[in-house]
Amino acid sequence: MEWIIVLIVVAVLAVWIISMYNGLVRLRNQVRNAWSQIDVQLKRRHDLIPNLVETAKGYMTHERETLESITKARAAAMDAKSVGDTAKAEGQLQGALSKFYLVVENYPDLKANQNFLSLQEELTSTENKVGFSRQFYNDQVMQLNNRIESVPTNIVAGLFRFEKSEFFELQSPAERAVPKVSF
Amino acid sequence: MFELIRANKRKSAWLIAVLGSILIGVGYAIGFLLAPEDPAVSALFVIIAVVIWIGMLLASMAGGEKILLKTAKAREIQKADAPQLYNIVEEMCIASGLSTVPKVYIIDTPDPNAFAVGLKPERAAVAVTTGLMAKLNRDELQNVVAHEIAHINNRDTLFMTLAGVTVGAIIILGELFWRSMLFGGRGRSSGGGRGGNQGAAVVMIVAVLMAILAPILARMLYFACSRRREYLADACAAQYTRYPEGLASALDKISGQAAQRTKKAETSQVLAPMYIINPLAARSRKAGWFSTHPATDDRIRVLRGMTSSASLEAYEQAYRALHGKESVMTPSMLKQSKDQSVRDASKDADAGTQRQWREVQDLLHKVDQYAVLACACGMKMKLPPEYDQEKVACPKCGRAHPLPPEMLAALAAARMGRK
Repeated sequence: MEWIIVLIVVAVLAVWIISMYNGLVRLRNQVRNAWSQIDVQLKRRHDLIPNLVETAKGYMTHERETLESITKARAAAMDAKSVGDTAKAEGQLQGALSKFYLVVENYPDLKANQNFLSLQEELTSTENKVGFSRQFYNDQVMQLNNRIESVPTNIVAGLFRFEKSEFFELQSPAERAVPKVSF
Repeated sequence: MFELIRANKRKSAWLIAVLGSILIGVGYAIGFLLAPEDPAVSALFVIIAVVIWIGMLLASMAGGEKILLKTAKAREIQKADAPQLYNIVEEMCIASGLSTVPKVYIIDTPDPNAFAVGLKPERAAVAVTTGLMAKLNRDELQNVVAHEIAHINNRDTLFMTLAGVTVGAIIILGELFWRSMLFGGRGRSSGGGRGGNQGAAVVMIVAVLMAILAPILARMLYFACSRRREYLADACAAQYTRYPEGLASALDKISGQAAQRTKKAETSQVLAPMYIINPLAARSRKAGWFSTHPATDDRIRVLRGMTSSASLEAYEQAYRALHGKESVMTPSMLKQSKDQSVRDASKDADAGTQRQWREVQDLLHKVDQYAVLACACGMKMKLPPEYDQEKVACPKCGRAHPLPPEMLAALAAARMGRK
């Protein structure tokens, strides 16, 4: 009689552990998916930038430095590998782009250019998409990390070596230094 | 987010189960009233009820979206037609974690509104009216789209359709009951009482009440769920965009417009709960028992009550602050991160209503395959595909323009495509 009770307890325990393990695996996959979505959007932004610089060049003859800094930041961002490096490089690129948007205000001809306008909508949207995919990624990371830390899933996570994921924060010193201007 | 979707699915399954049991109960009650002594008749009516139900479910599952979009006169657009709208839809898919981008439709009407359909996210579609595109700025449009994406992501488009169909089946059964009572059923049922048997009389009254009240009850249950889903979609929209004020001001603009409207919009009852605000109802202060949507002012007040954070918890708190003890979300839905701060309004979000109207008109012309011919005086002539002449005179300066051959060919092709 006793061994039946023991068997039932063991079975219930096993089911419980399996479901916790599966939950962790699902969350980890969601984090990975979310990361690949960020990657897609960052690549898209990298692809749009040469076009933007090319269009702007003809109008912004006095802003060679600004345009060069964008090109340089783009190259650096494309080379970055880890989550932390990418976040830093992308932060720098974001900073360079917001500087660019500030000076664009001085070039009404450029602002009226149809090609530039559609590029701007694409870039704005890509930036939004980067932001939203980052937001989604960070939410998923938060959930995964919470699970890994809290009882009782922390035991299962420790047993099967689930690692906490890194948040993706775009806060770079360069970005923070850009003054906020409202028009 | 996924916690919320799962919690929602569970609740929806409950709703369908409850409505299904009401349906079966009504079937049984009808059978019982028609022939109290014969259980076979009751069984027969239960089977009839189930057959009607399943038939209607199958009909709505086999391409119901297409029919709904067609009755709303919605037309599908591609990214090249309206890049901004399309981008916004993509943005909200990313923010919500929806893996497939729904199809995008536009409806040519000045009434600002939007709806979503789709039993599965893979088959989903979002439709917005041209009036909505013209009147809202980018942030507001983004929030309205977020609300619709939330309906898709929370599977409201699936379960509210199934629930709506079930309620429809219950109502049909109720009608059936009245008809059968009028034609011949009456004589037999009064003879069935046979006097003195009090227990049978009580059962009889209960059955009559069931047959009368069940359709009303089912409808009330359905509408209560619909209203709750609206709050939930608002909460999710705020969470996706991190900008609740955008949805609040969008709702304000939309409902302000709806109050001016004189004639009722052309739409079906089934579709009404899927709109951002009910196109069939007037703006009211308070939602009644049979409203598909909560009062718009109430939704706006809850959204404006979220000051510190854009998370679901913040929405729940704002809701409680307004409604006392009631809540819209169960604890299992709230299992997620708390740190979701509200963002600032995007700059340059407002392109100006005038410009937006022009852009929407251009979009419509593009979808309708108009040809555009520029005159030397600066006039742009937009020719509909119905235009089958080879020349056109400028209405401003009177210059005659022969149409280039490729334009003639394009117009002819558009004419053919329309037929």
